[in-house]
Amino acid sequence: IQDSSYLMATLQSYRRLAHHLFRRGQLLTSSVCCHRQQRLLTTNPLSQLSEDEQMLQDAVRKFRKEKVLSRVREFEEAKDYPSDIVQALFDQGWLGIRIPPEYGGPGADFFSAVLVIEEMARTDPSLSAIIDLHNTLISGTMLDFGSEEQKKKYLPKLATSMFGSICISEEGSGSDAFAMKTTAVRSGDDYIINGSKLWITGAHVAEVFFVMANAAPEKGYKGITCFIVDGDTPGISVPRREDKLGQHAVSNCPVVLDNVKVPASNIIGGIGDGYKVIAAVLNEGRVGIASQMVGSAQGVIDFVVPFTMDRKQFGKRLFDFQAMQHQIAEASVQIEAARLLTYNAAKLNVQKQNYVKEAAMAKYYATEIACQVALNGVKWLGALGYMKEAPAEKFLRDIIPATIYEGTSNVMLNTIASCIGKEYQ
Amino acid sequence: MALRVLVGCKRVIDYAVKVRVKPDKTGVVTDGVKHSINPFDEIAIEEAVRLKEKKIASEVVAISCGPKQCQETLRTALAMGADRAIHVEVPEPQSHTLEPLGVAKIFSKLAKEEDAGLIIVGKQAIDDDCNQTGQITAALLDWPQGTFASEITVEGEHMKVIREIDGGLETIKVKMPAVVSADLRLNEPRYATLPNIMKAKKKKIDVKTPADLGVDIAPRTEVLSVEDPPVRQAGSKVEDVTELVGKLKSHGFV
Repeated sequence: IQDSSYLMATLQSYRRLAHHLFRRGQLLTSSVCCHRQQRLLTTNPLSQLSEDEQMLQDAVRKFRKEKVLSRVREFEEAKDYPSDIVQALFDQGWLGIRIPPEYGGPGADFFSAVLVIEEMARTDPSLSAIIDLHNTLISGTMLDFGSEEQKKKYLPKLATSMFGSICISEEGSGSDAFAMKTTAVRSGDDYIINGSKLWITGAHVAEVFFVMANAAPEKGYKGITCFIVDGDTPGISVPRREDKLGQHAVSNCPVVLDNVKVPASNIIGGIGDGYKVIAAVLNEGRVGIASQMVGSAQGVIDFVVPFTMDRKQFGKRLFDFQAMQHQIAEASVQIEAARLLTYNAAKLNVQKQNYVKEAAMAKYYATEIACQVALNGVKWLGALGYMKEAPAEKFLRDIIPATIYEGTSNVMLNTIASCIGKEYQ
Repeated sequence: MALRVLVGCKRVIDYAVKVRVKPDKTGVVTDGVKHSINPFDEIAIEEAVRLKEKKIASEVVAISCGPKQCQETLRTALAMGADRAIHVEVPEPQSHTLEPLGVAKIFSKLAKEEDAGLIIVGKQAIDDDCNQTGQITAALLDWPQGTFASEITVEGEHMKVIREIDGGLETIKVKMPAVVSADLRLNEPRYATLPNIMKAKKKKIDVKTPADLGVDIAPRTEVLSVEDPPVRQAGSKVEDVTELVGKLKSHGFV
């Protein structure tokens, strides 16, 4: 510092900096206080659960061990879940977790949904998929975009007894969802929908369908509109179920719409809002899938690691071979990282912050590592891993499609890159 | 009939946890170990909630004695359907010396304060296996008791209790107010549903101390040492019945 005026200038700038930091500190403190007041996220670290969240997780854990575990293969063979299991899920409040009490739901938050999805997947990824779909794409669509009238009509049923399906994909449009060809033509106060949807999850038990159709094709994707189509509407049909590699107890079906007439009041959101609905609910859906994968991968470890501690070869436990330890440790790191990505994305959602990048990251990472963990799980069991006698092969088959649906891994990477591009613009 | 039911809920180490003895042999490791509601107390809560659903009981009050974490146990009871809860706070390390006699005194005081018509407790806690609290409580209150209950039916001012005994099942009739201790087959407890977990957040937990109740909870026994059971010796395989009988004879069992 050369002279007094320079000294003054330096002191002034330090004072400005100090003031700036103080203000930032204040803002940080107030936002933390704000978060505490919202009572949604009560603890750090990320993986620590609140008392209620722990209670919820314990209830799901008890249920999956006592009511699901011994019947997993039975459900897979029947390609369905019996009414006692379905009714139990509804009674427990696990289908429609975010639905508020005034509509007959528990009124919990999205993070609670993530916990239920993860925990159930540790025993049955297919049952977890159903819980995920119903909470994110189905009741989520109605909750976040439905009108008051629509919510009053559908949410109570979605919370207690009714399944739904969301129809986006078609034969010619999967990743390129906006290229869909299903149309909705205005006719008086109604719309006539024509088209064919493909791979629609849960269609064989759905009583309501949220159908994406283009009501203004000249506007491109900005004409896509979300229509509520009740299952008993003339013209909508589910001609068959696909025969798949895994997730057998969950259906994927074509849904055909042949001159389906619905009133304009069945539009969710507004005309041309379909692409917004898709973007928003798929975001949440991705975190749900990530959670399903974290749980599934954990389920593999739950079975296989005790096996390696029991099975001996060459006079020692498989677990005591260093190569096995390294592989198991690596898998555990992958699962933990996936879990934290998922939890953080879920909490950003609960706090209503932008989480597009985080959701894509969570889905991409969790689905890909789950495949690796499941394949390794099969290998660590030796020949038993290939047999239906052990659960590892089912986990592998149930996990694989998650890298594809609701946005393939490559699409996720595109999304992440796009977000990064915006950050560094 | 305004029947108020008190249910004792003890916070114990979770049944699935592998219990380890502390190196200084003063007890078992409890720090950082998962705790839950005593399984028999869970059955007791379930029975009380069912009585309320059948409109026989008008209010179910869950009670727990111990450190602050007991409120977690009480919240499980509230999530299962109890109406409100009372936490009698006994901080650590004093809580480790709390005995059935002390707990029974607390329960009997609360029973009078709350004008209870029925107390249900688990038959025993899975940590100390004492199987005393229910019985002592009944004695202090001079109430009849139906212990090891596998079925209870309220019939007006009486209650029919089917008890599990060594010889089979015994049916007794007790006059209310009474104390019941729940055995395993009394019922299958419900899972805490998410709507009930959310509702439980708004239910009241009153905090009291033994001093508030004028109860002396000083222990009457002192634990000298806690040790692991001896390591189980390996058995041996026998080829046939002859060898089996021979071995039984040589070991003096036959």
